[in-house]
Amino acid sequence: MSDPGVPPSPARRTVPFRGGGFAPQSRSWISWATLVVVLGAWQGAVSGGLVSPIFLPSPWTILLALKSLIVSGELWRHLAASLSRIGLGWALGTMAGIVVGVMMGLFTSFRSGGIPMVSALYPIPKIALLPLFILWFGIGETPKIVTIGFGVFFATVIATFTGVDGVPRSLIRMGQSFGMPMFGIVRKILLPGALPGILAGFRISASTALLLVVSAEMVGAQLGIGSFVLSAGNLMQTDQLLAGVAVLSVLGLMIGLLLSRLEKWLLRWR
Amino acid sequence: MELSAEGIGHSFGALEVLDGIDFRVAAGEILAVIGPSGCGKSTLLSILGGLLQPDKGRAALDGAPPADSLNPLTFVFQDFALLPWRTVRGNVELALEHHRLSGPERRERVEAALAAIGLAEFKDVYPKQLSGGMRQRVGIARALVVRPAILLMDEPLSALDAQTRELLMEDFLDLWLDAKVSAVYVTHNLTEALRLADRILVLSRRPGRIKEMVRVPIPQRERTSLAAQAELAALSDTLWQSIKREAQVADREMTDV
Repeated sequence: MSDPGVPPSPARRTVPFRGGGFAPQSRSWISWATLVVVLGAWQGAVSGGLVSPIFLPSPWTILLALKSLIVSGELWRHLAASLSRIGLGWALGTMAGIVVGVMMGLFTSFRSGGIPMVSALYPIPKIALLPLFILWFGIGETPKIVTIGFGVFFATVIATFTGVDGVPRSLIRMGQSFGMPMFGIVRKILLPGALPGILAGFRISASTALLLVVSAEMVGAQLGIGSFVLSAGNLMQTDQLLAGVAVLSVLGLMIGLLLSRLEKWLLRWR
Repeated sequence: MELSAEGIGHSFGALEVLDGIDFRVAAGEILAVIGPSGCGKSTLLSILGGLLQPDKGRAALDGAPPADSLNPLTFVFQDFALLPWRTVRGNVELALEHHRLSGPERRERVEAALAAIGLAEFKDVYPKQLSGGMRQRVGIARALVVRPAILLMDEPLSALDAQTRELLMEDFLDLWLDAKVSAVYVTHNLTEALRLADRILVLSRRPGRIKEMVRVPIPQRERTSLAAQAELAALSDTLWQSIKREAQVADREMTDV
């Protein structure tokens, strides 16, 4: 059935459309084109003599430096040193952080005692504590790993206890209403419910770990990407220096990719 | 098993929500609790199920639960309270995992509960993939799997649309009348109460006090007949008159006191 309505009149106008915009999309060709243009302009500026290659080597020279680092095996020795520090420090800090974060999410005493401690210690740039840790643990791997662990710990504590707080209380009441024991509620309801928050915290703690490993290696280390970048700078080998920085960029991307995979797999129920 | 409320009263801080609630749910009986929003219906249910300590009075049980009952007082929640990271089967199994049951016995119980409510083909699906009605069916299967003596149902249909509600009400009746469980059914919907309950407890607005206790004189199975409809409509009208004024005042109260 159609509505007979009002017959057309000369004064009738179209309702103006006002719902457009606010819907940006991602076009992969633009992404690639931007990259190519930026690298091309950089290469052109250096090759054309606009920029001194000592202060800013061209992308091509950096690539060659990177290749020689790979071929000589130097890259792997530095990378292995940095990765083992990150791995150990991050794992220790994360484990301790999750335990403390869950306790703060569960018990009044831990929460009341923990929040002021975390608030006071979290803003400290943890690298400032490295000299203290060197005094405590001597020169070597331990102070670096402890510094990384310490930085990771606080980010994880905060992510974990806010994650635990975010678990709907109705789910906990449900567990109690079925007579689930406390440990069961923690393991089967609280931890999985806090997992999205904990995993989001992993992103922050991973970038903290990367930052701290480079800083710590610049303070005192024979091996590691940080010390490599520093010594290249001291020798004005800017191509080597930027090759090291490029490795850090790739490392950061890989860690991010790994975490995305982990999230996708662990949170496949979302 | 019989459940009694003995002089239950409760306050949240200075806000008194329940006062002097006394009643008894007989074995196999379905008691609906209705009242305006904020009258303490859900609070009452939490107290009855031992999730909240009342300031005054107590909830009490008489008689032993059936031998195979693992959780005599079992809740069905308004928001379903399903774990989104567990499949349908996993959510139902959750209620059994902390009990000593053999693997086959546990599986058999889960299968039976899922089949009873028509979820057998959705076992391996996550809650987000299900409609609201199906989610609440999972909540019901989880309640049935522990063989409850008394179901405590907190507005179990109010998050659902009208058609789904109709379907689930029929399922409830089948389950109750077959399994002979009793239920305390909290709702703000008169139609649900009149369709399902043996008796209807009307609460006043906050602080919730017992305003009326009405017996529905027609057996549940016969309530859809035309003759019964007329009688129920009259009863519904009486009940509505009784709660209308309360609902109006409650509606104008600030909830966030």
